[in-house]
Amino acid sequence: MTLSQPGKWEKYFWPVLTAGIFLVFWHYAVIASKSNVFPGPWKVLGGAQELMRKGVLIGYIRDSLSRVGVGYGLAMLLGVPFGLTLGWYPAASQVVNPVIQMMRPISPLAWIPVAIVLFGVGNTSAVFLIFLASFFPIVVASMNGVRNVPSMYRRAGRNFGLSPGKLLAKVVFPAALPQIIVGLRIALGIAWLVVVAAEMLAVDSGLGYLVIDARNSGNRYDLVIAAMIMIGVIGLALDLIFRRLEQIKSIRWGFRLEA
Amino acid sequence: MTEEKVKTPAAKAVKTKLRATGINKTFKRDGTETSVLENVELEVAQGEFLCLLGPSGCGKSTLLNICAGFLSPTTGTVTIDGEPVTGPDPRRIFVFQERGVFPWLTVEGNIAFGLAKLSKAEQAERIAHYIKMVGLQGFEKAYPQELSGGMKQRLEVARALAVNPDMLFLDEPFGALDSITRLIMRGELLRIWEAERKTIIFVTHDIEEAVQLADRVVVMSARPATIQTIVEIDIEHPRDISSPRYLELRDGIFNEIGLAHKI
Repeated sequence: MTLSQPGKWEKYFWPVLTAGIFLVFWHYAVIASKSNVFPGPWKVLGGAQELMRKGVLIGYIRDSLSRVGVGYGLAMLLGVPFGLTLGWYPAASQVVNPVIQMMRPISPLAWIPVAIVLFGVGNTSAVFLIFLASFFPIVVASMNGVRNVPSMYRRAGRNFGLSPGKLLAKVVFPAALPQIIVGLRIALGIAWLVVVAAEMLAVDSGLGYLVIDARNSGNRYDLVIAAMIMIGVIGLALDLIFRRLEQIKSIRWGFRLEA
Repeated sequence: MTEEKVKTPAAKAVKTKLRATGINKTFKRDGTETSVLENVELEVAQGEFLCLLGPSGCGKSTLLNICAGFLSPTTGTVTIDGEPVTGPDPRRIFVFQERGVFPWLTVEGNIAFGLAKLSKAEQAERIAHYIKMVGLQGFEKAYPQELSGGMKQRLEVARALAVNPDMLFLDEPFGALDSITRLIMRGELLRIWEAERKTIIFVTHDIEEAVQLADRVVVMSARPATIQTIVEIDIEHPRDISSPRYLELRDGIFNEIGLAHKI
C-alpha cells in the first residue's frame, strides 16, 4: 500500500504560500480600488510598528488577556464542578436544566446593558460578560461528559470497592475529561470573541477598545486592521494550547474514533 | 446423552461457593413486563470453572450480573460463601465483554486501580507479577489505545486478578477477538485458572469454547431462560479437541440446543 505521505516541507510550504497569495491579492486590491481609507498590508505593518513603539499594543493585549483570564478562569472553576454535579445527580439537572437551556441561546452581547446596570462601565462588566459567555458551554459539556460515561466504567469502579466520592474522582471525571476539554476549548473561543465586543462598549483599554478607538479617532484603519490581526493571532494561539492538551495520552483516547 | 447429565459436580465433594435459588427476573419496558430468567437453581463449587451457555439475548448475562451483585433478582437469592449477595464486591471481579479497561490509565495504572490500599512496594510487586502472568512485559507504560484487542482483554484479566479475588465473572470476554487470538486466550485463561484456582463463571454463546474450558456447562434455553441441562465435561486438561469424548460432548450440546451439527 502506498499512501502518499505529505513531505515535511509541505506542512509549512502550502500555508505560507496561501498567506503570501492573500497578501499580494490584498495589496493590489487596495491599489486597484484607489481607496484612501482602506490600508494595504504595508500600511498595516507600519501601524502595528507604531503601536509597538508607543507601547500601547502590549498593554492592550495584557488587558484583554487578563480579562479573559479572570472571567474564563472563574467560569472554569465554577462551571466544571457545577456541571459534574448536575451530571452526577440527574434530579438536580432536571431542576436546573430548563434555566440553563434557556440562558444558553442568549448572546452574551445582549447582556451588555445588564452588565452595565449591575457593574457600571468598567473592567468588572467586561469580566462578567466573559464569565457568562464561557460558563454555560463549560457547564453543559461537563454535565454531558458525566452522563455519557459508559456504565461499564462505573460498574468496574464499583466492583473494585470505590466509594461514590472516589468513583467520581477516579472514574467518572477522567472518563468525562475529553468531553470537558472540548467544552473548555469552545468556551475559550467564545470568551475571546466576547472580550473584543465587551471592550468596544464597556471599557477604555484592550484590543476591542483599540479597534473602535482607532476608527473613531481619525479613521486610522491601518490600526484597526493591525488590531484585528493581533486578535486573530492570539485567538489561534489560545486554541493551540487546547490542541496540545488533547494530545496528552490520558486524554487523547477520547478524541480517536475507535477509542 | 442423557446419562451424561449431572446435577452436581460428580464425586468431587467440595465446598459450595455460590448458590442461586429460585431466581426470577422480569424487566419492565414501556409498560410491558418481560420475563428474562425463570426459576434458575444453580450451585457452583469452590474452584470450579463453570460456563453459562445459551443463545444471544437469552438472559445468561443477566444471570451473571445478578450473581455479581450488579442487578437484583425479582425473586430468589444468591449466596456466596453462605452470605447473600447485595452488591458488587472486590472479592469477586467482573470482566466485561470488551473495553472494560480504563483508557485514561496506563497498563500499570489499570492493574494498580484496585490496589490503592496496598503500599507502593506491594503494588509494584503485584503489578510486575500480573504483567508477567498475562504476558504484557514491555507495555507497562502503554495506554490501552496502543494495545491490540487481545492485549486489552489480558490487561482486564490482570486487573481483575491483581486484587486477588476468589471469584471471577467473565461475560463473553473473548467475543470481540479474532478466532486465533480467542484460541490463545482460552489457553492463557486455563493456565491462569490452574495456577490460581479461582472460581470462574464464564458466559459464552460458543459451544466449542464452553466444552474446551468448563468443568461443567450450564445450557440455558432461549428467553425466558431456564436451565435446560447441565453437562459435566469429564476430560482432563489439556483437552484434545479432536478426541472422541470431546466430540461426543460437543455434539451432545449441539443436539441439546436443537442444532444439527451440519452446515
